[in-house]
Amino acid sequence: MYPFEQYHSKALCQALVDQIHLMADRPLRFMEVCGGHTMAVRKYGIPSLLPDSIMLLSGPGCPVCVTSSLFIDQAIHLAAYDRMTICTFGDLLRVQGTNGSLEKAKTEGKDIRVVLSGLDALEIARQQPEKKIVLLGIGFETTAPTTAATILTARKEKISNFFVLSAHKLMPPAMEAIISEGIPINGYICPGHVTTITGIAMYKKIVENFGIGCVVSGFEPLDLLQTILMLVRQVKANQPKVEIQYSRAVKPEGNPKAMAIIEEVFETVDEWWRGLGILKASGLKPRDSFQDFDASEVFSLPVYEISEPEACICGDILKGLKKPQDCMLYGKNCTPDNPVGACMVSSEGSCQTHYNYAGIN
Amino acid sequence: MCLSIPAKIISIEGENALVSISGMRMNASLSLLSNAKPGDFVLIHSGFSIEIIDREEAEKTLEIVRHIRPIK
Ligand code: SF4
Repeated sequence: MYPFEQYHSKALCQALVDQIHLMADRPLRFMEVCGGHTMAVRKYGIPSLLPDSIMLLSGPGCPVCVTSSLFIDQAIHLAAYDRMTICTFGDLLRVQGTNGSLEKAKTEGKDIRVVLSGLDALEIARQQPEKKIVLLGIGFETTAPTTAATILTARKEKISNFFVLSAHKLMPPAMEAIISEGIPINGYICPGHVTTITGIAMYKKIVENFGIGCVVSGFEPLDLLQTILMLVRQVKANQPKVEIQYSRAVKPEGNPKAMAIIEEVFETVDEWWRGLGILKASGLKPRDSFQDFDASEVFSLPVYEISEPEACICGDILKGLKKPQDCMLYGKNCTPDNPVGACMVSSEGSCQTHYNYAGIN
Repeated sequence: MCLSIPAKIISIEGENALVSISGMRMNASLSLLSNAKPGDFVLIHSGFSIEIIDREEAEKTLEIVRHIRPIK
């Protein structure tokens, strides 16, 4: 049996908490850059278990939260094409573009469907060859290989009515941008499933150039507490390094097959991130040899200006500069039922997780 | 969004696996893995198996924590 329950063991978690309290003798700020961690940290009430001197910050690790209004506007533009079906992951539906969301376009009669996998979109393309199917590709290194593998399958099966509008992003440029902007952090809680794919080599630069430790963490309470203890120890010993806490799912070399598939299908492009602006080589777009599957090449897409909802401070929250409670709309005009900004739309956005788990943190 | 769920492989046919997630059965592509076999626990993300969970490592992690001496 996979000893899953023991990662929730109260006794083991308490031992870690005690150690952290014993070791933490100075103010420390650790940042997680994975929406899954944002959610787990709040859900398990991790901040309430830590000494006041340790602060956990959420970085730009929620794909929906960093996606631009431009991408939404382009997706809505595509939806107006004749015999067009847009396939999207659920959370994206409610993110506001300049003139409304995909959800609004759907209620206006556009064919917009929620899928759980790129393969579901490909299946629709197989079943309905008379239609054009566009998959909205968002997500980091964890999701990018699944989109790439779906494109490879489409090519193999000669499916010519399947396309991807890619806003896939890469984590390291954003992690470096955060430090370069001077945001003070003492360590990164590195994204578990991104690193399952990439391996740990990409974090070496962060340790070497910035002297900031990187620990790759799992998602259970024991994982997160152990990761925090590892980071505290690194700071105390003044030995920042790359370590893997989540060793049951992360090998140092990552998943080479998945990385090769990303490399085969995609090339890097400069990409816009909410809060951070345009970061060099931080996005993925299908290579020229896969142009036939690239919705941005096949269809003509206007370039819209990027707009942000008024008074929304999501960009500063994604950099760890502000907290959701600092926003005057939080919990009032902006709630999960009625979200204003992307950080309240996504179930793993900082604003929504703060709101949902406010009682235990 | 990078959420990935542990599932047990029940059977494999070509590049597809039938997996069980706490009793619920579903299909998952194996095209991102080279050596998964029935009985393995894998992480499922967006319809794909992205890694085999190493059960020895899972146990080792717990063992390290079990050895932390309690503080009175
Ligand atoms: S509470 Fe809403 S409006 Fe305020 S920062 Fe968060 S998402 Fe934006």
